[in-house]
Amino acid sequence: MRMLTFAKRNFKEIIRDPLNLCFLFGFPVVLLLLLSAIQANIPVSMFEIEHLSPGIAVFGLAFMSLFSATLISKDRQSSFMHRLYTTPMKPKDFIFGYTIPLIPIAIAEGIATYIFAIILGLEISINIILSLLLLIPIALLYIGIGLLCGSVLNDKQVGGICGALLTNLSAWFSGIWFDLELVGGAFKKISYALPFVHSVEMQRAVISGNYSNVLPHLIWVLAYAIIIIVIAIYLFLRQMKNQ
Amino acid sequence: MIAIKIEGLTKKYKDLVAVDNLNLTINEGELFSLLGVNGAGKTTTIKMLSCLTQATSGDAFLLGKSIKSDASEVKSIIAVSPQETAVAPALTVYENLELICGIYGFSKEKSNSKINELISLLSLDSVKKKKASKLSGGYARRLSIAMALISEPRILFLDEPTLGLDVIARSDLWDIINALKGKITIILTTHYMEEAEELSDRIGIMKNGKLLICDTPKAIKSQTNEETIEKAFIKVVKEAEK
Repeated sequence: MRMLTFAKRNFKEIIRDPLNLCFLFGFPVVLLLLLSAIQANIPVSMFEIEHLSPGIAVFGLAFMSLFSATLISKDRQSSFMHRLYTTPMKPKDFIFGYTIPLIPIAIAEGIATYIFAIILGLEISINIILSLLLLIPIALLYIGIGLLCGSVLNDKQVGGICGALLTNLSAWFSGIWFDLELVGGAFKKISYALPFVHSVEMQRAVISGNYSNVLPHLIWVLAYAIIIIVIAIYLFLRQMKNQ
Repeated sequence: MIAIKIEGLTKKYKDLVAVDNLNLTINEGELFSLLGVNGAGKTTTIKMLSCLTQATSGDAFLLGKSIKSDASEVKSIIAVSPQETAVAPALTVYENLELICGIYGFSKEKSNSKINELISLLSLDSVKKKKASKLSGGYARRLSIAMALISEPRILFLDEPTLGLDVIARSDLWDIINALKGKITIILTTHYMEEAEELSDRIGIMKNGKLLICDTPKAIKSQTNEETIEKAFIKVVKEAEK
């Protein structure tokens, strides 16, 4: 009950910020439109809609980290968190309360991306539903990063780390914008040691119906998500105790 | 009946003793003001009593519940209105109150009834649909106090409730606090001496973590041979510096 009440509050705080809505729904749509326009003039296999849309759906999730980290950080720095710490709320109410509302937001972002991709020519299939379900572990990874950053950084630092650095890392090491095979070497090795490219390739595998390729990437994503969430919970509890 | 019994409460941060062996008893229904210059230990005392900060040594019992061993029970009988306005900015006044009702597990009917009661008590009707981030300082502070009161606390901590408010908003809040006197136990910290004199049953003056004097406003003025609490406060604090 407490957890859901707090989750409802956090959901409202996020979706009532017009800037968040722009990032959530505007950014993926604009990217799809721009890159599809490029593809229409100079065909590049990378930007074919069935290849591009899974990447954009994943890239849009990077904003989940920014939303959750900003909210947690602002709450932490304000007296609002102090007030809540004097209520019977338990640590699990805080952690799930910050996590739960971002899952439907992540799915909504995925739905918006794929609806627009369908308009631009993506074939309608059951794979889109499966892809939306598989956005959940990726969303948990990004929410975990947000919880981690929000627990240790102030809101200005969060803007830099989650807003600029993370989105750039998600872009460079994901293989969305350029083929990692073309770069090769250490860059490719680093990319495949990080979870971003696995998230994108898992989505591409689902959308193309190549189900046998899903599991290896899913394991990478889940492993990173679990490790990051465990660290995030530890850091959140530590800052809670320090308060 | 005793509402708060503080026994040797101490808080140390490395070399700094923020609260030093505090002993105090506050009765149920009493409005007790803690006065002191910045860094005197008022806010640290409130943080310890509200289970936000762990005491280094000593203990306090709120309606018989220890802040050390019964923290969750203590949290169910207290409420805190922090120094800064502690509200959820994107929620409306009504939704902020609803949030606290939900956290305390009130039923829908009880929530609606309590919210309407508090909106009426704190004259928040004209702004109940307004987002908290759009409220004036006075209304935001009223909302913050309403959020503290809605859980029906038996002990209420008001940390500098009128800080930064204009004269009218402060006077309005005094009326609200006066209306609560006797019904619940209130611990108030303030920098405004006239506020303490106007509202308090008893006043405690702290400096460097120590309680220098604790009595009724009248008795403190009498003991210091001063006409106002402000002058008495200055005298007590300066004498402690010697």
